[in-house]
Amino acid sequence: MGRTLVQKIIARASGRETITPGDIVTCNVDLALILDSGGPRKIWPRLKELGTGVWDKDKVIVVADHFVPAADPQSAAILKLTRDFVKAFDITHFYDMEGICHVILAENGHLQPGMFCCGGDSHSTMGGAFGCYMAGFGAIEMTGVVITGDIWTVVPDTIRINWSGAFGRGTVAKDVMLFLARELGMENAFKVVEYGGETVRNMPMLERMVLTNMAAELGAETGLIEPDELTLDMIRTGGTEPAPNALDWKSDADADYVAIHEFDAGTLTPQVAAPHKPSNSGPAEDFEREKITVDQAYIGACVGAKLTDLHMVASVLKGKKVAAGTRLLVAPSSKKIMSDAAADGTLSIITEAGAILLPSGCGACAGLGAGILAEGEVCISSTNRNFQGRMGSNDAAVYLGSPYTVAAAAVAGHIVDPRDML
Amino acid sequence: MSTVQGKAWVFGDEINSDVMAPGIYFKESNEIMARHCLEAVDPDFAPNVLPGDIVIGGRNFGIGSAREQAALSFRHLRVGAILAKSFARIFYRNALNFGVPALIFPEASDVKAGDILSVNAVSGRVENLTRNKSYVVDAIPRHLMDMIQAGGLMPHLKNRIQKKGQI
Repeated sequence: MGRTLVQKIIARASGRETITPGDIVTCNVDLALILDSGGPRKIWPRLKELGTGVWDKDKVIVVADHFVPAADPQSAAILKLTRDFVKAFDITHFYDMEGICHVILAENGHLQPGMFCCGGDSHSTMGGAFGCYMAGFGAIEMTGVVITGDIWTVVPDTIRINWSGAFGRGTVAKDVMLFLARELGMENAFKVVEYGGETVRNMPMLERMVLTNMAAELGAETGLIEPDELTLDMIRTGGTEPAPNALDWKSDADADYVAIHEFDAGTLTPQVAAPHKPSNSGPAEDFEREKITVDQAYIGACVGAKLTDLHMVASVLKGKKVAAGTRLLVAPSSKKIMSDAAADGTLSIITEAGAILLPSGCGACAGLGAGILAEGEVCISSTNRNFQGRMGSNDAAVYLGSPYTVAAAAVAGHIVDPRDML
Repeated sequence: MSTVQGKAWVFGDEINSDVMAPGIYFKESNEIMARHCLEAVDPDFAPNVLPGDIVIGGRNFGIGSAREQAALSFRHLRVGAILAKSFARIFYRNALNFGVPALIFPEASDVKAGDILSVNAVSGRVENLTRNKSYVVDAIPRHLMDMIQAGGLMPHLKNRIQKKGQI
């Protein structure tokens, strides 16, 4: 039996010739991502307690994205501590208010096929779009990684998900993931999902990153996509020359998958997830019949406010206005995306429609920044999770949809199938 | 690690880490955070849970965010053990790293709120003293037992640093 991509990566990172799913191995870490929220503020006191420092100042990447820009004294103190940590340990790569960490790594050429990476955030899975292992861990565990440069893992089983055919109008990667959360459930712990097939091959990198980001919503250890020329192009755009053997990081033709699923993109339609979980999803047209009025439409987070997402939003909003009684908030995933969207005219379409532009950061998605919800309010959001209380009040209702679906709801004032507006 | 005994607090399937550690309290101390643990699901839990009490979960307990406060809050509340039908990966790792015993307990549905349970994480023996039933569950994985018995990842790292002089 051949090996899957993740099994090859773990074999390399653990220095083993042969590994079998279920084996417990210790891997050397190639990159450790820590953030303002669960990074220095949690890790630095522990380093002090242990009287030790960071294992490799080039491999520990620090991003300030959760509490940016500071809106209160506590946030300001957390950000200052983050900056002080970077100085104290002479961290090479620090991104301060440049955007959301998972997008930052992708934009700056930090991820390469075959790498073994750990991130202090559950959506670290997004990095798997580059053909590397990148999974999320808690701050306590990232403390260990930052000190030792290694971590244990159980060699996971791999689920292969193949998509064939072309998407219909207004249907995108986000709809794939809301569909898969329902279809495969949210309980795939200690398994890896590997996405492939012609539909995935035809997706731009920023759309592939939606698939791996929301592997977290499937409860998977991570998501992976085998690298191709598009992957290498994005690495080069980020300023890094890919390794000569980068495209060798693929699953074997006879790889031992624990399950293989085949889906047809041509039959998928825009999807919406109802409160309070991503798997609580169904076709947007069914939700349209329920006439669900929305107080807020939110375009944001690592998954849902990349340049491709803002283009989707603009294609819906062009020449239209946000409905009276509905507010549309847009927080681009990074400063670079904000700047690119300003340069190509996307932002002016969005603001002319009446949207409010917010800073790049995790913001309201995690209930931290501007745009949180009051009791009884209804929001439709391009983010990845809608757990109770996540975006503010425990008594708010959050629906999830693609950027098309969120923008269409902002114009209609209630949840609609976006295809009628394209 | 000795046997713990306490009252059962019973929760359903897919209790996520956002409700264990709500984001709106993220900037607060761990102690304050713990006071809001699970308040959206059961507002009586955090104010009334006693040291040694046992948390019972359904499937996929702790799904969602990597936030360590989700697991750390149970330690602050001095929960004796968490038994669930299954655990989400990051939550499971966080709980063990904080020295909170997390055990997979397929028969979680047998337990009713308020039952008195006794749990030994080393032997995997679970007793429901109220219903006079006993179970043997899979104990903590062997490779993690050293760490758990040391009290979690921090004491374990301390031992590792002392042993090697450096990492």
